[in-house]
Amino acid sequence: MSILVDKNTRVICQGITGSAGAFHTKGCLDYGTKMVGGVTPNKGGTKDANGLPIFNTCFEAVQKTGANATMIFVPPAFAADAIIEAADAGIELIVCVTEGVPVSDMMRVRRVLDQPRFRTLRLIGPNCPGVITPGQCKIGIMPGYIHKPPMEAEAKRSVGIISRSGTLTYEAVWQTSNLGIGQTTCVGIGGDPVRGMNFIDSLIMFNADPETDGIIVIGEIGGTDEEKAADFIKNHVHKPVAAFIAGRTAPPGRRMGHAGAIISGGEGTADSKIKALREAGCFIAESPADLGSTMHAALGL
Amino acid sequence: MNIHEYQSREMLQTFGIPVPPGILVQNPVAAQKAFDELQKRYDVGVCVVKAQVHAGGRGKGGGVKLVKSGEEARKAANSILSKPLITPQTGPEGVPVMKLLVAAGVEIEKEYYLAITVDRVSACPVLIASSEGGMDIEEVAKTKPDAIIREPISAVAGLRPYQARKICYFLGFKGKQVRMAGKIMHQLADLFLKNDANLAEINPLVVTKATDEHPDGTVIALDAKLNFDENALFRQDDVRSYEDPTEEEPAERRAKQFGLSYIKLDGSIGCLVNGAGLAMSTMDIIKLHGGEPANFLDVGGSASEEAVTEAFRIILSDDSVKGILVNIFGGIAKCDTIARAIVTAAKEVGFTVPLVVRLEGTNVEPARQILEEAKADIPTMEIGKDLTDAAKKITAHSAA
Repeated sequence: MSILVDKNTRVICQGITGSAGAFHTKGCLDYGTKMVGGVTPNKGGTKDANGLPIFNTCFEAVQKTGANATMIFVPPAFAADAIIEAADAGIELIVCVTEGVPVSDMMRVRRVLDQPRFRTLRLIGPNCPGVITPGQCKIGIMPGYIHKPPMEAEAKRSVGIISRSGTLTYEAVWQTSNLGIGQTTCVGIGGDPVRGMNFIDSLIMFNADPETDGIIVIGEIGGTDEEKAADFIKNHVHKPVAAFIAGRTAPPGRRMGHAGAIISGGEGTADSKIKALREAGCFIAESPADLGSTMHAALGL
Repeated sequence: MNIHEYQSREMLQTFGIPVPPGILVQNPVAAQKAFDELQKRYDVGVCVVKAQVHAGGRGKGGGVKLVKSGEEARKAANSILSKPLITPQTGPEGVPVMKLLVAAGVEIEKEYYLAITVDRVSACPVLIASSEGGMDIEEVAKTKPDAIIREPISAVAGLRPYQARKICYFLGFKGKQVRMAGKIMHQLADLFLKNDANLAEINPLVVTKATDEHPDGTVIALDAKLNFDENALFRQDDVRSYEDPTEEEPAERRAKQFGLSYIKLDGSIGCLVNGAGLAMSTMDIIKLHGGEPANFLDVGGSASEEAVTEAFRIILSDDSVKGILVNIFGGIAKCDTIARAIVTAAKEVGFTVPLVVRLEGTNVEPARQILEEAKADIPTMEIGKDLTDAAKKITAHSAA
């Protein structure tokens, strides 16, 4: 089993004719993702380099291809519109990779998606690497080859990964794979302060997924999402959780690359998050090099 | 993006929020003239001379002085402009002061705090207000949490009149103050939403002493701090025009031009990493093994060889750097690009300090090949077997 995506997920790419969109559409296709088309206004009726049909609107793309997921690569100024267009067209899973979306745009997107008719819709990102179910479906920019599908896991254990950072997710994947641990699904929720899915949404799903034996949570400074996740883990999660928080040495008041990675007003420090997660019973990786071994130990291997 | 106080005042005024009269000056003589002018025009007896720098804590560093005559204004201006201003936020070397604001003093009845910021949890703007004005709001939140009100604002509909009234009554405004303060809240919310602000703070918002003309006093903004979303600058020409390059660290500015995210820190180990999360944790692992990071540097996913070479140049131009740790997990970023940049940087800049390289991910094999072949030309280079090994190797050098 897996969460969010599997071999039946039918994916379109919004911004498929841009350089990043085209490059990663190919990457996803090569990985085995069921890419079924793309959207670029004014280029409807043509095909991309892989022979995928291009449509003018999301609505048409969904009608003609039966897509139920999208990955968004449009420029930041148009990302909010692309998200809402996908939602309006009935797409159930929206992955927004675009970095640099204005916060006010995301606040407005969130108000729109709060409507009851979008209750079952999932938004991942923006500013995220995407989501992957190894061996089945990759939506986003992560290097596919480092992942290990559960059926190939020598240790006969598999974990789910939730992360605010792209490259740290790759570290976690790489280290667990090297220890013979598979990954059911990896969700990069993104580095922006206002985003779609959060730790708790993913924790609920991993907690319910029978194939997921443990969960890796990778957070960073800024906001209080990790503290909230810790509270949820303490009360609801019955699987072992390994956690790492980036930014122990980050100076307060500075944005550390990610728009959301900032300690402000004494809130959002790594120490506060680590303390909360430790008290919730999580196994804490002290170093980013220990992500795999900490999970390994937490699984009792 | 931060802007100066005098710019914030301008913006508040554009949105109709009253501020005390003030004049921007650049030298002591102009400060004296400004005082005389304010005295003549508004009949004020006291003015405040304030250093215009982005750093906070100006008062603590002697950058804000109360003056009672033109002569005093000139002396105060002279003393502030003559040396770098050191505040708790500037670091020991301080920052040069180029501009001063001479603002009319106000007879204060009571001070309040008023701010709008982004509430990450509920994904909407939130108005925060307190009757404990003029104080550090974080301190109030700790000691007197009941004195603070937090009211969510719809990013679509804006602040509603009933919300402004609710806040006014909570703060204890009465009579005409309710309308005056309520109006300011609406104007501030308008400013926040229309300009893509991250923070719009008035501290203090004051009620002035009662006069015959204003028996309830008037409500005005004495000091303001505005911060804007850099991701939205593409559509905010007014905000962009307030940008002050002299307030930025030159190396950070240069990095930005190359699409690099660089922040200078105090330690001795430079790092070059891809991805913000990995860059932060690379700093963390250096510290964990006893070293101190000299910078945060994320080269990003699509960094060109040229940009990465520039990144090395920036790190090496920092004299306190005694070693460099390169930590790359290739995803979109390709390891061979980094390896070629190392070779180029070695040729063009030269690595005089120890360099430890840890590469993993996309195109790692060709990258290792490139480094192996260049080994003889880069004598200070070592390869880290894994992240821990790399961190240990580089911290061993800096300790020695």
